[in-house]
This record gives sequence, C-alpha cells and structure tokens, in this order.
Amino acid sequence: MIEAGRSRVSRVQLTIALATCLAAVPGAVLSQEHAGKPVYDKWCAGCHGATGAGDGAAAAFMLPPPRDFTRASYQIRTTATGQLPTDEDLRRVIDEGMPGTAMPGWRGRITSRERDDVIAYLKTFSRFFSGDAPPPVDIGRAPGGGGDAVESGRQVYEQMECWKCHGQQGRGDGASAPTLADDWDAPIRAADLSESWHFNGGSTVEQIYTRLRTGLDGTPMPTFSDAVDAGLITDEQLWHLAYYVRSLSPSPDRAPAVREVVRAARVDDGALPSQPADSAWLNVEAFYIPLVGQIILKPRAFAPTVDGVWVKAVHDGTRLAVRLAWHDPSRSPDPVWDEWLGRMRGLLTDVDGAMPSQQGPDYLVVQFPTSLDEGAERPFFLGGSTRRPAYAWRWTSDPDRLEEGALTGLGSWAPRAGAGEVSHVAAFADGEWALQIVRPLVPADTAGAPTFVAGRAIPMAFYAADGSNGEDAMRGSVSAWYAIYLDVPVSGGVYLAPLSTMLLTAGLGLVLVRQAQRRDRGSARSTSEES
Amino acid sequence: MTRAVLIMGVSLAALACGGSDTESDQSSTGGAAGSATATGSPGAMGNGTITGTIRFTGTPPANPAIDMQDEETCAAKHAGGATDPQVVVNDGNLANAFVYVREGLPSGATYTAPSTPVVIDQDGCLYTPRVIGVMAGQPVEIRNSDNLLHNVKSTPQENRSFNRSQPTSAVVLTQTFTSPEIMVPLECNVHSWMKGFVGVTAHPFHAVSGEDGTFTIGSLPPGTYTIEAWHEALGTRTATVTVPADGSVSTEITFAPAA
Repeated sequence: MIEAGRSRVSRVQLTIALATCLAAVPGAVLSQEHAGKPVYDKWCAGCHGATGAGDGAAAAFMLPPPRDFTRASYQIRTTATGQLPTDEDLRRVIDEGMPGTAMPGWRGRITSRERDDVIAYLKTFSRFFSGDAPPPVDIGRAPGGGGDAVESGRQVYEQMECWKCHGQQGRGDGASAPTLADDWDAPIRAADLSESWHFNGGSTVEQIYTRLRTGLDGTPMPTFSDAVDAGLITDEQLWHLAYYVRSLSPSPDRAPAVREVVRAARVDDGALPSQPADSAWLNVEAFYIPLVGQIILKPRAFAPTVDGVWVKAVHDGTRLAVRLAWHDPSRSPDPVWDEWLGRMRGLLTDVDGAMPSQQGPDYLVVQFPTSLDEGAERPFFLGGSTRRPAYAWRWTSDPDRLEEGALTGLGSWAPRAGAGEVSHVAAFADGEWALQIVRPLVPADTAGAPTFVAGRAIPMAFYAADGSNGEDAMRGSVSAWYAIYLDVPVSGGVYLAPLSTMLLTAGLGLVLVRQAQRRDRGSARSTSEES
Repeated sequence: MTRAVLIMGVSLAALACGGSDTESDQSSTGGAAGSATATGSPGAMGNGTITGTIRFTGTPPANPAIDMQDEETCAAKHAGGATDPQVVVNDGNLANAFVYVREGLPSGATYTAPSTPVVIDQDGCLYTPRVIGVMAGQPVEIRNSDNLLHNVKSTPQENRSFNRSQPTSAVVLTQTFTSPEIMVPLECNVHSWMKGFVGVTAHPFHAVSGEDGTFTIGSLPPGTYTIEAWHEALGTRTATVTVPADGSVSTEITFAPAA
C-alpha cells in the first residue's frame, strides 16, 4: 500500500524531472534518440528486445545471450571496471561486432549516422547513463614484445593464476571453467586464449592489454589494474602478459587461413608416425578446418564447443595417417562438468527435444564418399543419405573407440562388417584432443569404402561433439566438404630423362667439335705442303 | 491520506501480532532503504539504542558441503570438510541477519558517511564476515587472507557492477557504493560457492546479528521505527519499536524455515 503510494509520488517526481531534463538537453540529442528508435527496432530488437532487456525473439537460441542494455554493463570498454563505456567503445562494437558471438559488425549495413543514433537510443534503456562520459583508462604505450617479454608474460600468467580459469595452455580448461556464469547467470566459457580471432575486444596487444586493465564487465573476467596499483606487478609486466597471451595463438592477428585441400605429404615407406605426440608430426603442415553448429537437422546445436579442427596428414604409399587436433575443455564424460550440462539444459530453450541429461562421450567423425569413381557425386555433407551414404571413421572418447562404418544421414551409424583395418590413438591434454588415425590406402573390401589414390583431391568432411556440453551424434559442430590430396610418389624416370638428354647433347657437341678440329688440322697440313 | 491509512494499517498489524514482528510481504529494495537520500537537513543523532535478538524456530536447513579439492590452501582451513554457512543457528539464535532502520527517520534527513572502512576478508575461500553493513559512500575494504587468486565481482541493481581481481594478499581492494541497496551481493568466480552480502543504507542505523543472534543499533534519536531484518536464505521480517530519548528498547525478530 505504502509502495503504491510511493510509486505514485515518484512517478510524478519522475515526470517533473523528465520534463526538466527535456527542457535542458540540446535538441540534437533528443532527435538522435528519436532517430535511433526505428533503426533499433528494425535491426537490433530481434535479439536485444524492444526494451533493451536482451530478451528478443532470437535470444532463446543464443549463447552468449544478447546484451541486456538495462544494466549498462558492457564487456568491451576502455574505461575502468564498473564505469560506463564511452560512445567510442559502443561504436566500435557496433561497427565491428563481437567475434565468437552472434553479434555481427554493422559497418556497411547501416549508415554511420544510423549507428550514432542507435547509440543515443540504447543509452535510454538504462538510468545509469547520465552526466559526462567517464574517461578512458590511460594505457600508455606498448613497451615492445622483444627479448624475454613473452617469457616474462608467461611467469605473470602463472603468478596471477590466470590458469585457474583459462587453463595451463590457455585453452579455457581451468579448474573453475565448468562453474563460470555471466552476470545474468548464463553459462560462459573461459576464453580460449589460443584462438585470438575469437577475442571479443580484438587481438592486438594493445586490445589485450586494455582488457587486462578494464576487465570484461558482465563476465567473470576481472580487471588486473589493482595488481599493478598495489605494486604486485609492474605495468610493464602486465604488458608482457598481453604479449604472452598474444603468443598463444598460431597467427596472432588473424584467423588461420582456411584452405580447401589438406595435403598429405609422401614419407618414406614405413615411416608413418606412431601416435599423435610423435615428433614426426612436428614438421608436417597443419590445415585449419572451421566447424560451426549443426543447425540444419533437428535436434540442432546452437552453442557447440568445438569451432575448428587442425588436420595433418602423411602417407607412405600404402597407408594414410591423419592427425586431428581440436580444443575441448572437457574429456567427456567428466563429473566436474555435470553442473555445466545442467545449466546448459536449463538455459537453452527446448525447441528440438530435451538435451541429454547425462554427459555422453566426445565424438569426432571424418567422412568420405564411398567411392571416388569419376562422375560420382559427393554425399550430402551432413552424413550422407539413404540414397547416397557416406563412408566414415567415427571416434568416441568413452569408450575410446574408433569404428569404420556407413552414414545414411547424420546420427545414423552402420558399422562396417569385417572392419579392423583402421587403427587409432587418442590423447587428451590441457583442453585439447589429439587423434591419430591410420588406414591402408586400398581397403581389403572396396565395396562401400574409398580407395585413397594419390594425385587427386579426395572429398573429406568433419563432425565433432562435446558430450559435456550436451552434444551427441546430432548436436555438434560440422564442416562443409573439404578435400585431402595425397602427394604422388616421384619415380626415378623423372630425374633420368633430363640427365640423359643433357649427356646426349654434351656428347654430340663433343663429337662435332672433334670433327671440326680434325678438318681444320687436315687443311692446314695440305696448305703447308703446297708452299 | 494514503500515509495515514497506512500507519493505521501498520499499527493494527502490530497489535494483531502482539506488537512484535510482522512478516514483510514485499521484497526489499534500495528504494525503501534510500528513502532518506533526498536532499535535506542533516539528520540528528541521539542516544537511543535498539538491542535485539534474531531467533530461528524449527529445524535449520543443512548447509551444503563445498568441494575445495582444487584449492588445498582453503581446504586445509576447514578441518572436517568445508560447508557453506548459509544459515547459521546457535541455540535458536540466527547469525548473519542484516538489520536496519527502514522507516521512521525524519523525512529528508541526510547523514554523513564515515570515512572509516568496513572490512570484509576472504579466508578459507569464504567471505568473513559473510554479511556487512555500510553507509552509501562509506568505503568497504576487501582483504584476501587466502593469498591466492580471488576475484571480487558484484552485480547490484542500484549500484554499478564491478569485477576486480585480487591475486595475492598484497592487493587490498577498496570499493564504495553510491546508492542504498539491500543487499549488494559479492561473488568470486574462481570459487563459485563464495557469496558475500553488503547492506548499503543511507544512514548509519544498521547492524548484523552475531553468532549469538544479537544486534545493537545505537545513536538513534527517540522515535518509533520500523526495522527490517534481512537474511540471504530466509527473506525479511520487520518489527516496530519505539526508542526512548535516553535508553534502549529491546526486540526479538523470529525467522522460520523458508517455505
């Protein structure tokens, strides 16, 4: 009762206050907010909701969820933790999007003016936006990453205990990782620091340093400014930490190049690596295959764990060895991830049937066409079809088993009779699976299994699932068709032909020169006799 | 008019309940605690005191065990295994209830926040004390006796959220909350079980019940006040007390197991 009375009073007060504000602010700002509304309603509200509460129609399918603007809590800022972002901070996210989330960049989609208007409008969703914009944190200048900067940064990583969430190798597999939640209680991953192309705030050393300085509000990632202010580490050491983080990614400033064809180099007979940690793999070129959530066939995976597979391959003329490596913070099933799965089940809307309540194994499936005959079409990339099945290797983590079989659509599986030609070794460490698979180039039974011939591109596609994340044989990550190319063995004739040609030419030349010299000498002798 | 009816209502309710506590039917918000933030004259202090005991009837719920195996330093501080002390009852007395004056202070009275910080520590991967009270603008000093990585994150409603790391005991954090709020939560993401609570009021009239359930709110001017007791797992209870000019009034507020 008293609350009702109060709220009536406060509403009157609010109206008066609002009227006063309206009278005081420049007309330009008002019109900007006004102009921002239709832009927001058209382009943003579908995810972020009409009132900016992050509850748009599409939000139920998103993890991380769309930002709730009502608390004015933003991850990517240049201001201290707890501070509002600057307009430039908001503008950057709108322009460039948030890598690794559903938020696209809007530069080029809507005009610069519209983007400014939207910023003015989304600030109206929170009462925290008032007064002057806070000053950005002064980040000074990067000291340079030469010398022992990276090693020094590694020590800071240890000292600051970054590994508790991000893991020893930075793959987001620390002990606290399964328990992490954002400010809205949604499960959130500790960032995989070895995939800088997914960093929300950008991957330059300055951007990484700024995140260390400001934290990512709304997430479990705190600011580390206090450690510098307290003299625990120097500002330079915090920069070193940024250089170290940057060094964890294969190509720090960009996503790995995606190439259509994986090359399997020819090695000496019998020189195939014996297991994924074999040093023979170190000099083999790695190919990155991006994977995305399977959202075509139901049940779909809107927030899968695995986002890419690194592929290496070699052959020795009789067998093909493939090494697959992918990041997954959990070796499924693992009881410490039960809580994570429970929270995932609670969060993601049950649109395609409930997510498994128990953790299944991790999956990795490599599929090929059943035959490489000329003119044969590739099967449907999602596990083929009844009419055109796919030949596949299907590996599961628990039990650790690799099977050879046929797919007639994703989720189906028919083990191949008499199989046993395919061997594998799987290893899990620090948030990464490494799996080596070996198969003879020519299978004993060629019905339903391709013969791997050298010298041509053989279609190949991938599927991965993380059992701890509620994924299974259907809910997981998929790639499009790629290909593998086995290097053609180089025959001796290739070298012999030019060599013999050279020798023949030289020999003929020699003969000609000799004959010419003999003729010269003969004519000189007859001339002297005549004189 | 509304107010007159309301006061009558409260009085009737108080009579019906024998003049002791009444169960609050509304969730606490900073708005209620913030009723004294409007600009006005400096609020008077007095010599009155409320002393009281927070009681708990029935069987207290069992506190959940905490798995600290990944944090040996903390686990070692809990002989016999760690539990999360969500409900602490000793002989029917309830600890860790935040008690504050919700209504009854002069309208528009303002109070100066002390510059002395209120200290909250992290010890054995638990907040110690678990519940503290401060005035808006008064510093909170957050310590780390564990000397291992904690982060201190808060997602309040009335105040700005923040998230600060505290890798060792050498880093002492000071945080102030600008707006009254019942309650500001604290959490650590490295140790997901860690929860702390800060009651932020616009005036200095607040206390936290001790292990024996008792609390004291002093320096009050004479008057009739509605005090509210907040507990993280059990909700809120209110009581109406009349404080004499130079003396104390005692009260008892009783919680029961959450429904």
